[in-house]
Amino acid sequence: MIPELGLFALVLAFCLAIIQSFAGLAGAYWRKAEWLALVRPMASGQFVFAALSFGLLTWSFIVNDFSVEYVAFNSNTELPLFYRVAAVWAAHEGSLLLWILTLSVWTLGVAWANKDMPDVFRARILGVMGLINCGFMLFVMATSNPFTRLLPAALEGRDLNPLLQDPALAIHPPILYAGYVGLAVAFSFAVAALIEGKVTSNWARWLRPWTLLAWVFLTVGVALGSWWAYYELGWGGWWFWDPVENASFMPWLMATALIHSLAVTEKRGLFKSWTVLLAISGFSLSLLGTFLVRSGVLISVHAFASDPARGLFILIFLGLCIGIALGLYAWRAPALGSGGGFKVLSRESFLLFNNLMLVVAAGLILIGTLYPLFIDALEMGKISVGPPYFNLVFLIPTLPMVLLLGVGMHSTWKRARWEILWLRLKMPLLIAGTLALGISFAWGRPSILTFVAVFAGVWVILSALSEIRQRQKMGRNFFALPRSIIGMLVAHIGVGLFVLGVTVTSVFSIEKDLALRPGDVVELAGYQIKLESLRNIEGPNFDAVEGVVTIRRDGEVVTTLYPQKRVYRVQTSPMTEAGIDAGWTRDLFVALGDDLGNGSWSLRIQFKPLVRFIWLGALVMAFGGLLSISDPRYRKKRKAEAQAPELAAGAAP
Amino acid sequence: MIRFLAPIIILAILVSFFFVGLYKDPSIVPSPLIGKSAPAYELPLLLKPGETLGTEKLLGQVYLLNIWGTWCFACRAEHDVLLEIERQNIVPIYGFNWKDDPHLARQWLAELGNPYVASMVDTVGRVGIDWGVYGAPETFLVDQNGIIIHKLIAPMSMQIWHEDFLPLIRHLKAVQR
Repeated sequence: MIPELGLFALVLAFCLAIIQSFAGLAGAYWRKAEWLALVRPMASGQFVFAALSFGLLTWSFIVNDFSVEYVAFNSNTELPLFYRVAAVWAAHEGSLLLWILTLSVWTLGVAWANKDMPDVFRARILGVMGLINCGFMLFVMATSNPFTRLLPAALEGRDLNPLLQDPALAIHPPILYAGYVGLAVAFSFAVAALIEGKVTSNWARWLRPWTLLAWVFLTVGVALGSWWAYYELGWGGWWFWDPVENASFMPWLMATALIHSLAVTEKRGLFKSWTVLLAISGFSLSLLGTFLVRSGVLISVHAFASDPARGLFILIFLGLCIGIALGLYAWRAPALGSGGGFKVLSRESFLLFNNLMLVVAAGLILIGTLYPLFIDALEMGKISVGPPYFNLVFLIPTLPMVLLLGVGMHSTWKRARWEILWLRLKMPLLIAGTLALGISFAWGRPSILTFVAVFAGVWVILSALSEIRQRQKMGRNFFALPRSIIGMLVAHIGVGLFVLGVTVTSVFSIEKDLALRPGDVVELAGYQIKLESLRNIEGPNFDAVEGVVTIRRDGEVVTTLYPQKRVYRVQTSPMTEAGIDAGWTRDLFVALGDDLGNGSWSLRIQFKPLVRFIWLGALVMAFGGLLSISDPRYRKKRKAEAQAPELAAGAAP
Repeated sequence: MIRFLAPIIILAILVSFFFVGLYKDPSIVPSPLIGKSAPAYELPLLLKPGETLGTEKLLGQVYLLNIWGTWCFACRAEHDVLLEIERQNIVPIYGFNWKDDPHLARQWLAELGNPYVASMVDTVGRVGIDWGVYGAPETFLVDQNGIIIHKLIAPMSMQIWHEDFLPLIRHLKAVQR
């Protein structure tokens, strides 16, 4: 009964979403106040029933209802409660339900926040959001129903994929989806603005916090995924340029570009059509990612079970969604117009450059990701594009971008002056140069690229700090600065930390693959690493061999690590749990390989300097984003649109 | 104007590539079951309903497991190839009659010839789920220890048999000796 109710709740949510879309779009077109009044209650109702549907599926997992096929495939009575709940989004059907719930939460937010937004405009946004959610609900009902019964019921479940039995990966999908789906808000804002035919400074001000929030979720989600890959896949790598990773990274790049161009649109009324295009592209790349992951057109280590029928549905949906948005764009954008001019040396120019480089980076990644597909479709054979391509082409746009970021932060709107920039930036420049020289030579293998990259990281951090100092000199207390400014500076410090972490880890890591017997000692980067013993461990739903590895430095014990090789009982697949000694300056990483016979085991041992800065940088960026969102300016009510700087051009329908 | 039309043109090109890609050889998607033990099951036989067969009883030999059904068009195309493989007498083929009417299935074998040593019957598709079957025909290669070595998600052809399956089977038999 419970699963049937779950499906019924989903059907109800679908019906409410249809009413919401129709009332919103048609009500705004014909100016029917009574229709417009329906939109918000429908959005709330849609949320309630989506949540109910999701809750009932979760309940089926909690009580181990193996008469539900989806539960039988992804859970097991031995699975701990936390993972039984996380298993709800472990596979295709449940994760789509999570997607729907997330979108209805964002819809609820847009319905009730931004008090000073005109009702007609809000109705249009909610109308578009409702249509998007309708598409996804239809998708679930038509091809991916998680509530399908399995008759006769299975006695025991097939268990959750062991790769997913990990705290970071359990919370990774909800956070990442919050980001993906959050970009639907920007998409809907853009489509609504195109329908009205005007983009105003208020439009950008309302949209900025939503975009920032989606971006924060994306940042944390991508970072969590990377952190998980680092300690769970057992190779010590943190990014593999896998299609699924790229699918999450491209929307992030677009969202980053959008945040910056929205600033220009709000403050200066420029880049209007460009901002709208970015807002459409961000969510489009989310949809594209979904298509790539679900349809099986590309090979990936994370692939969900692929099914051409599902792929076709998403493709049609994607084509309609993005096609309509871009059609509207081609029709309306030429009339959006653009306001005043700016000099070559100005904040606008730097932000434009930032935008171009981010979009180029996303484009190059897109080409690399889709290239195998293109070649295959053109009957030119099968190839794969590997990390060497991505590592190279990603650097080309991003390194100059990071270098100029340091200058851009200090330049003023309309026109900046070289003399002032030089005055402010000569100290950071000098310190960063010295430090970069020092760091690249300290490890003894200097190269120009290492120097430039280390320099870029340090330079961005110092430049942000010096901006804070400058503002203090002008007599303003740090905490009295607008929070959006503090947030911007903090996020840029995060960028610097990230660049430093990536560079130092990639260049100066040391790794060894060894065959060791209990009692053997090896030397790595000044540490003595000893395999003390091996023992058998029994977990709740797995058996494991655990190594006891002590690490000494100059005879003193630094730490003891316990890397494991697990075999999960139901799916009988082996998993590696690395032993990691984490530190601010370096990680020591020990992964247990295979039993080589005659009492020896293969071990992979790595020394990874500054690797934590990669995720620390991402978290600092996200924190900066949160600080910006908290700026009260975004929630301040402005008086009627007419009194705000009216930047509109073109007529409303 | 072209500046504003460019995005939708790019979209149209991408979507048409995706559309082609969707119908491109989905068998390149590796099965998560490869390298793992065949799922445990026991099912009644199509021609001797009193007897059962399953993973455990099939241990100790290299064999093909072919998923088929009379409703499946591609299975008919594949049938002659299976008969030819059976004549070569290199490995036994076991049939896995999936989501089918046993009566029609018996009629099919009587009319078209029977390449299978035996066919197991999974009328509701319950065991097929364990095998990760998402469409017929599919062919699994299982080794002496009951480990799934290879999986084909497409009709079998003599070319695939010679290029993909035979080398694996030769290797398995060499290891056995």
